[in-house]
Amino acid sequence: MENMKDVILEYVINEYAEEDDKVTYDTPLISGGMVDSFSMVSLKRFLEMKYKISIPDADATPEAFDSVNKIADLVMRFTK
Amino acid sequence: MSNIGSYEERIKNFDWSISEKELGYKAGDVINIGWYCSDRICMMGKGDKPALLWENSMGEKKRYTYNDIRVCSNGIGTFLRKMGLKEGDRVCLFMDRIPELYVGLLGILKIGSIAQPLFSAFGDEALFVRLENAGTSAIITQRKHLSKVRKILDRLPNLKHVIIVDHDPGKELRERETAFSMEAGQLENIDIFPAKAESPSLLHYTSGTTGMPKGVQHVHYSLISQYITAKWVLDITDNDIYWCNADPGWVTGTSYGIIAPWALGVTQAVLDSGFSAENWYKFIQNYKVTVWYSAPTAIRSLMKAGEQIVKQFDLTSLRHLVSVGEPLNAEAVVWSEKVFGLPFLDSYWQTETGSIMITNFPGMKVKPGSMGKPFPGIVGTIVDPETYEPITEPGKIGLIAFRPGWPAMMRGYWQNEETYKGKFKNGWYLAGDRSRIDKDGYFWFVGRDDDIINTAGHLVSPFEVESALLEHPAVAESAVVSKPDEINMEVVKAFVTLKPGFQVSEELELEIMNFIRKKLSPLAMPQEVEYVDSLPKTRSGKIMRRMLHAKEWGEEIGDISTLEND
Repeated sequence: MENMKDVILEYVINEYAEEDDKVTYDTPLISGGMVDSFSMVSLKRFLEMKYKISIPDADATPEAFDSVNKIADLVMRFTK
Repeated sequence: MSNIGSYEERIKNFDWSISEKELGYKAGDVINIGWYCSDRICMMGKGDKPALLWENSMGEKKRYTYNDIRVCSNGIGTFLRKMGLKEGDRVCLFMDRIPELYVGLLGILKIGSIAQPLFSAFGDEALFVRLENAGTSAIITQRKHLSKVRKILDRLPNLKHVIIVDHDPGKELRERETAFSMEAGQLENIDIFPAKAESPSLLHYTSGTTGMPKGVQHVHYSLISQYITAKWVLDITDNDIYWCNADPGWVTGTSYGIIAPWALGVTQAVLDSGFSAENWYKFIQNYKVTVWYSAPTAIRSLMKAGEQIVKQFDLTSLRHLVSVGEPLNAEAVVWSEKVFGLPFLDSYWQTETGSIMITNFPGMKVKPGSMGKPFPGIVGTIVDPETYEPITEPGKIGLIAFRPGWPAMMRGYWQNEETYKGKFKNGWYLAGDRSRIDKDGYFWFVGRDDDIINTAGHLVSPFEVESALLEHPAVAESAVVSKPDEINMEVVKAFVTLKPGFQVSEELELEIMNFIRKKLSPLAMPQEVEYVDSLPKTRSGKIMRRMLHAKEWGEEIGDISTLEND
């Protein structure tokens, strides 16, 4: 789980963070404006590819993607 | 009683001089929007009234009175003037929704320069294209967006100044960079530029079908339209707390997120954060928002979050809801009436029109799903796509057209006279949208009349995305169309052929998506990339987007007699 969080955190920092953005496991990503609803699609795609899962659209909500911790919980739910 | 009173009476007796009189303006007078939005309100005795109640996603709060925005905008204007900026120079605002963005616009206008707001989520290439086209002299930005500016600076010789509003003194400033603090730079007085009605004010960029983005030129006289439409459509009164959740990188965010509310002297609340149903409802509750100007995508996102969460908040302060950006579906109108006790009223206009054109008015019978009726003083109709003659038959589809001449109408596309002229046919301005009018005079949106993609209320040019796709090392050819989306109405879809040596894979698809997201913007990122062996083309080699679009929307493909491999 910790490793998964680190992988997601690194991806978020590399792909979405702007200069000076400080990102932790709890940083609000969607409500904080770092990842918008459009970019969320690419983040979802990354997670599905990386962890070989399928996240139904109904579960891919802004709330579920709002922090690395929440994303990791979501991924765990769909990981066999 | 609403501000507009009887729509029918207003239609009969309307003249733009109603707005002029309320603003104390006469033909030939000075009309500087920056002054109207701050100094004038202070002179009316409202200097201590809150103009801006601001909060960000971290819970940080700031409060500015009308006198604060007056002295802060004086400071910004003076700072720019001392740097050598003057009448007609283009000054870009490239910031998140922070107070400096809102007040900075007034400062730019006060010295007669042209404000060029750009969406802060734009990638470096999208930023470059717009700054280069405008020949922008200065850009005001934040530390977090500086890397994008630095990346393109060498290619922008006209961009003389990069002004950072939150500079960290511990970090070194590079060539052309200057730090500025709005709080520290307040000034009591400034020599305000004596703008006349036709003096340029704003330059907003919008997408083109076949070319790069176009700079839409507006003038200070646009205030006359923006003021009266906000008063009658948004029904703003002196005691309201108004929230427009549009970003000032787009025209709604300036016309109705800065200019109109402040010209009316109303208190506006701004939330600088991403979407969260909980945070948005909390914001309305905490600030007791009364009038809310939002967008269909946001409303559909709130619908998706459910009704239960609405019940956790006290939203009884809300009294009037209006929507803009894309057609508001009937379900959203019905839903808002159910959960808020108020229907969202749809309004229709665009970057080029500068102010609301067709809308549902307070007190008017709402037909859910309809755009409403033209604003008084606006001659709007639909015309035949061949003859450009008005269509009188109810229910028949035509092109939305307006008789030119309202105050906020664009005065041209920046250095693109030919495209500007092409927007006018048979004495009508053509909006580029299709609609029908029912027997009661209500307009009903049908769709775009071109290939432009309207995603979440923002226009994306397929041409711009296709051009950027070709810069990816794996892409040989590309075609971009819209595909249906439940929340955003439309999203971008790309069809690509690959260069030899590249293999189709999910990893490559994600790489291409992210490539466009960073280069252009998240809005322009294809939500799907479909690999094809070849793209449908005419015999002259032009890609037939129409065929791909029809496939995505389940429509008839139509005439394919010119197809290359027919």
